[in-house]
Amino acid sequence: MESTNKRYWRGLEELRNDESFVKNAYKEFSEPTDATPAESGSIVDGISSDRRDFLKVLGFGMAAVSLAACETPVHKAIPYINKPESTFPGIADYYASTFSEGGDYVPVLVKTREGRPIKIEGNTSSSITKGGTSARVQASVLSLYDNDKLKGPKKGEADAEWGTVDQEIMGLLQRGGAVRIVSSTLLSPSTKSVIAAFTAKYPGATHIQYDANSASGLVQANQLSFGQAVVPSYDFSKAKTIVSIGADFLGSWIAPLEYTDQYVSTRKVGANGGNKKEMSRHYQFETGLSMTGSNADYRTPIKPSQEGLVVAALYNKVAAKLGGTPVSTASIDVPYLDKAANELAASRGAALVVSGSNDANVQVLVNALNNLLGSYGTTIDLSRPANYRQGNDAAMNGFISDVKAGRVQGVIFYAANPVYDHPRGAELKEALPRVGLSVSFADRADETASLCKYICPGSHYLESWDDASPKAGFYSLTQPTINTIFKTRQPQVSLLKWAGLNSNYEAFIKSYWRTNIYPQAGGGKSFEQFWIQSLHDGVVELRSASTGSAGTFNAGAVATAAAGIAQRYKPNATGLELALYEKVGIGTGSLANNPWLQELPDPVSKACWDNYACVSQKTASELGVNQHDLVTVEVAGKPSIELPVLIQPGQADGTVSIAIGYGREKAGKSADGVGKNVYPLATVSGNSVLFTATDVKINKAGGSRTIAQTQTHDTVMGRRSVIQETILSAYKKDSKAGRFFPKVETSEGPVPAADLTLWNGYEKPNHSWGMVIDLNSCTGCAACVVSCQAENNIPVVGRQEVINRREMHWIRIDRYYSSDAEPDDRKGLEVAAANPEVVFQPMLCQHCTNAPCETVCPVLATTHSTEGLNQMTYNRCVGTRYCANNCPYKVRRFNWFKYFDNDNFDYHFNNDLGKMVINPDVTVRSRGVIEKCSFCVQRIQEGKLTAKKERRRPKPDEIQVACAQACPTGGIIFGDMNDPESTISKILKEEHDARAFQVLEEINVRPQISYLTKIRNKDEVAKPAAAAAEHAE
Amino acid sequence: MHVTSPVRTPLVTGGKTYADVTEDICKQVEGKPTRAWTIAFVISFVVLIYGTCCVFWTWWEGLGVWGLNKTIGWAWDITNFVWWVGIGHAGTLISAILLLFRMKYRTSINRAAEAMTIFAVLCAASFILMHMGRPWLAHWALPLPNTFGSLWVNFNSPLVWDVFAISTYFTVSLVFWYMGLVPDLATIRDRATSKVSRYIYGAFSLGWNGGAKTWARYEYISLILAGISTPLVLSVHTIVSFDFATSVIPGWHTTIFPPYFVAGAIFSGFAMVQNLMLITRVVFKLEDYITFEHIESMNKIITLTGSIVGVAYITEFFIAWYSGVDYERYAFINRAFGPYWWAYWAMMTCNVISPQLFWSRRIRRSITWTFVLSVIVNIGMWFERFVIIVTSLHRDYLPSSWAMFSPTMFDIGDYIFSFGLFFTLFLLFAKFLPVINMFEVKAIIRSASERLPASVSGVAKGENVTSPTYNKDVE
Repeated sequence: MESTNKRYWRGLEELRNDESFVKNAYKEFSEPTDATPAESGSIVDGISSDRRDFLKVLGFGMAAVSLAACETPVHKAIPYINKPESTFPGIADYYASTFSEGGDYVPVLVKTREGRPIKIEGNTSSSITKGGTSARVQASVLSLYDNDKLKGPKKGEADAEWGTVDQEIMGLLQRGGAVRIVSSTLLSPSTKSVIAAFTAKYPGATHIQYDANSASGLVQANQLSFGQAVVPSYDFSKAKTIVSIGADFLGSWIAPLEYTDQYVSTRKVGANGGNKKEMSRHYQFETGLSMTGSNADYRTPIKPSQEGLVVAALYNKVAAKLGGTPVSTASIDVPYLDKAANELAASRGAALVVSGSNDANVQVLVNALNNLLGSYGTTIDLSRPANYRQGNDAAMNGFISDVKAGRVQGVIFYAANPVYDHPRGAELKEALPRVGLSVSFADRADETASLCKYICPGSHYLESWDDASPKAGFYSLTQPTINTIFKTRQPQVSLLKWAGLNSNYEAFIKSYWRTNIYPQAGGGKSFEQFWIQSLHDGVVELRSASTGSAGTFNAGAVATAAAGIAQRYKPNATGLELALYEKVGIGTGSLANNPWLQELPDPVSKACWDNYACVSQKTASELGVNQHDLVTVEVAGKPSIELPVLIQPGQADGTVSIAIGYGREKAGKSADGVGKNVYPLATVSGNSVLFTATDVKINKAGGSRTIAQTQTHDTVMGRRSVIQETILSAYKKDSKAGRFFPKVETSEGPVPAADLTLWNGYEKPNHSWGMVIDLNSCTGCAACVVSCQAENNIPVVGRQEVINRREMHWIRIDRYYSSDAEPDDRKGLEVAAANPEVVFQPMLCQHCTNAPCETVCPVLATTHSTEGLNQMTYNRCVGTRYCANNCPYKVRRFNWFKYFDNDNFDYHFNNDLGKMVINPDVTVRSRGVIEKCSFCVQRIQEGKLTAKKERRRPKPDEIQVACAQACPTGGIIFGDMNDPESTISKILKEEHDARAFQVLEEINVRPQISYLTKIRNKDEVAKPAAAAAEHAE
Repeated sequence: MHVTSPVRTPLVTGGKTYADVTEDICKQVEGKPTRAWTIAFVISFVVLIYGTCCVFWTWWEGLGVWGLNKTIGWAWDITNFVWWVGIGHAGTLISAILLLFRMKYRTSINRAAEAMTIFAVLCAASFILMHMGRPWLAHWALPLPNTFGSLWVNFNSPLVWDVFAISTYFTVSLVFWYMGLVPDLATIRDRATSKVSRYIYGAFSLGWNGGAKTWARYEYISLILAGISTPLVLSVHTIVSFDFATSVIPGWHTTIFPPYFVAGAIFSGFAMVQNLMLITRVVFKLEDYITFEHIESMNKIITLTGSIVGVAYITEFFIAWYSGVDYERYAFINRAFGPYWWAYWAMMTCNVISPQLFWSRRIRRSITWTFVLSVIVNIGMWFERFVIIVTSLHRDYLPSSWAMFSPTMFDIGDYIFSFGLFFTLFLLFAKFLPVINMFEVKAIIRSASERLPASVSGVAKGENVTSPTYNKDVE
């Protein structure tokens, strides 16, 4: 452009460029310069302003005031300034780890988001659990964010620093004297090595292991029978006939998750069971109706005082057939005993007898029975001992006596809370303050820790390094998935430090693995490679290694055991008896402060947030009590406790069953005061803790306490389109046996109900997500329920709201008892049989194609997707609840209150720590909206996006929903029904004309979920007659 | 047009003149509130305040304060809603259908009955709002353009039909009622002594001048509105019944519901009209206008509709058995013999048995009997809705979810709120507006063939009985 020095001016003032102009030249609208400040007035004294300023200020003020009035709450989101390596916002990382708690062992994958562990999945690399999980494992992630945990070490009541605590403890340790490290079963070889190093440093120290639910009698019996004090490996999958006398092996006995998988593999038939049509037969003799008993083909209620005699009778009957030496005990006659004995003998080599008794005599006889049946080497493997229950009742008993007698100078509690969970806890409580040095590694000031002089809080397993060896040759690693949230320190580090060693426990494990595991398992890799691989996989399995020997059976012990049995057990004791049992949710009570577990209904009683006295209807009538009535349960010589009554069908008459794990006093907000502690009622007999007691008195206490149950109607009312079941022999003849085909009458005769429709149907051109639930695989364990709760941010509502029938679980497990009434006796059908057959039916949104909920929503908040999903749009919902009313399956849940940031629901959604468990992919629902199972739509979406990014279709079974993933038995199969290669398509192809049925088929809602018929391995003709005969007895 | 045969019993007794009619009815509006009215109003208002507190707390805390649960998603809320809507029906029936049928006796009761309709629909609407989880988003149920933050509604949903049905019903009823009020408002305006009331009544009387043309227009619009209202008498409760009939729940999924609900609505509505009119006639000394003839006629309708409802109950049972559907059969057996048997038998006793007592002329013409039985009928009709809603839901398809419902103090308090609202509004109406349609009553106070006795005061004042006299009887 041509340069020019032409200048344009706006006015004479500018041309003149006088001082007053220059002063105001920057102003957009300059006022005439001759206006003096005095004339323009002033808003505030001393500050000159003109009319425009006034208007500006006024305008700003108005705007600011009105803006301030509608201020929205500020939510801080703090971005990464330096992004951590390998962490991508919005993308989950998975780490292999291991859950081991009091002898429970589950290899897991931990899902973390932005550095927070939010979900636990099973590790499919493990041949022990095969990717299965339990409710407790699923819930364990919430315990990481437990607000009631200690935030740092404590000296007495006061907070302390690690340095001071270490110094003082080491000082006290160095004085010498008898120190006891009391722990529950430790599966970790490295930890044991740490303890060994510690005891080497302090020779007065001894390690004592005990288990709240002890299997000490079993270990002792194996010592007597085989000279090996071990828990053997059981293999239920090889058994054709399984007899359990009081062992709840699917729920709480030794390693339930492992046994569940094995057991269910013998129960699956048809397309979900490798197309076999054979099942094991399962007999259960037990006092209370356990989850295992619920799955049995034949179940006999027995009193605890009969237990030994049942084993002896079974032994004698089998011995008579197979040529063993009979033992002399009182004869006993309970139903199915002969039948069980005959079948055991017939399936020699494929039989398994287990007993839940902690009485070594009973277990010796069980060993003898298994020996007769040739179970050793087939269904029982002594050469591969399991480490699950190493507790030694005798040692623990001795320890408490030693403490009382003042023979112990120091005690360290490691994952142990004996003041609460040992029958002699009260004695320990009284004696513990007299011990010079007492330390607890508990993560909270629990019943024991609060009595200790020091609490050195251990870290949660998700914050810790560790390893585990569930049985010989099987190893796995635990790795931290988050930094320690508080100033906690894992116990191994403390022990190493006090032993004066390098306290880097990670290095310790590594060196332990280098010396002990790498040489066997390295397989040509360098150690670092092996270590990285092991950490990645989580598990190392040396299948060939077997450390123990098969052992030789020592028949000599049998006669002594029989004598012991003859003395203790009685065939026809008349008094009331007590049996303690463990629930699948709360377990022994160590995780009691976990609201997910507290709210998890017991698989059988469907009760949560309480323990209660289970009695049979007959006993209740004799005692003159009803459901919810408060009674005092009194065991001779023990303080009585007051509990509500629960009428439990299947409970042996004249007995009462009560769950352990409740009645915590110092576990935290969710656990304290929930139920009553019944450990003190257990019998300490010689060197065993027996979970039974005779000479029990139950008296009406007056008043009642409503038990929170999620299901209060027990029977299925003969509704054949809800539960379809048959027996194995019928199924073998016709794979459609037990199916119910509803027909509708038309002018052309009856037609299948689903053939008549007013609906146009939906196109599902791409995917069609569906589910198959195998009623034969479902044991009722409820892992799916907690998994769903964790995945989908389902709130906890508490006891009162469960009583109000407002639990929020998206998946529930319906449990139905059979009834003895005739099908048209509607009143009679409401009453469960005295010893009922049980069926479990997981129930969740059925994702109906013709969904009744969708048509009735006034605002289209629930709609159908082209992939077969029934979608719920929370922020569109106005909360009329019409959809919930119109849902035939009653799976829709309403947010009656605001369940987060609400002091009335003081669970994890009410504190910042607890909220860290929230899955960021799932909305936390507000008050007043409906919610329900979404088929984990966030997972479907994530899977589809992953596939899309890789420019491919989602692989068959690539996308898994939380419940299916958690299921330890493969009873829930999720997948794309449009993909012929998916497991669900393959199963449905086989089963659609056989076992597959849809619940309530006649209302033609066409669910995306099919169920496979329940098949019981019962005899054909016997059923009605035998059942009648049973009750006559 | 308004001709009454001399052989018929007079609809208004006491030999009232036109002036008496105006005087009797206007004195309530113009005078100081009576003691009885004041007491009633204070009680109603206190009840309303208590109820408002309960409603506020329900809104503040969430619907969890009610006794509902995962199985029973509706109970008192929708029971109350249907009950109030039903009550409203009598007003429309009286003003529209009886108008078309030329039933003269309606003139004494239609004003109050229509007012009752409007207030009852308001009470019903309050439960529509209250039962929502997020009532502040209630406008989402309206087909508003997206600029209102709303999306389109689901025209398949009976709840949307409800929104249309109830809002139409309310609008038409309000217009009909107000149109009918205009001539009487003008009367009050003309009589008014204070400036304020002249201004207010003047504004609301829309410049009514009583001219022949005005009257002709009035008659047209009455007929048109009556024509519009008539289908509403049938449609509103039909649509309300669709809330249940179109669902899949056994006990709800029933084709008999529309006629059965309409009959039930008229049944309960007439009972409520009886209750209100019996009180009003005593308190406001209107015995000559609301006579035993009125009471008896309404009782006959109560007996008729009660019998229809009774037949419907029995038909339902028959169909449940005849259908062969197990769930349906169970639902009905459970109604009668399940845990809520008492609600069912309360309903049967109140609705089927009690109105049959009106076959006796003595009972039919007894004020006490009528009042008590009307209360019983309304209790019964409330139980009918409770039985349909709660006992069908509490045991539906899957026995695992079967549950019980028990009300909390907020279920009760929110119901009380609607009573407070209803009676407060009704009492305000009774005080400030003419409770009896003056100009229509004047048309029937004597038969056309009847000669007026010379002693009647109205004539003594030189009234020309053959010319239109409305509004002209006050000097």
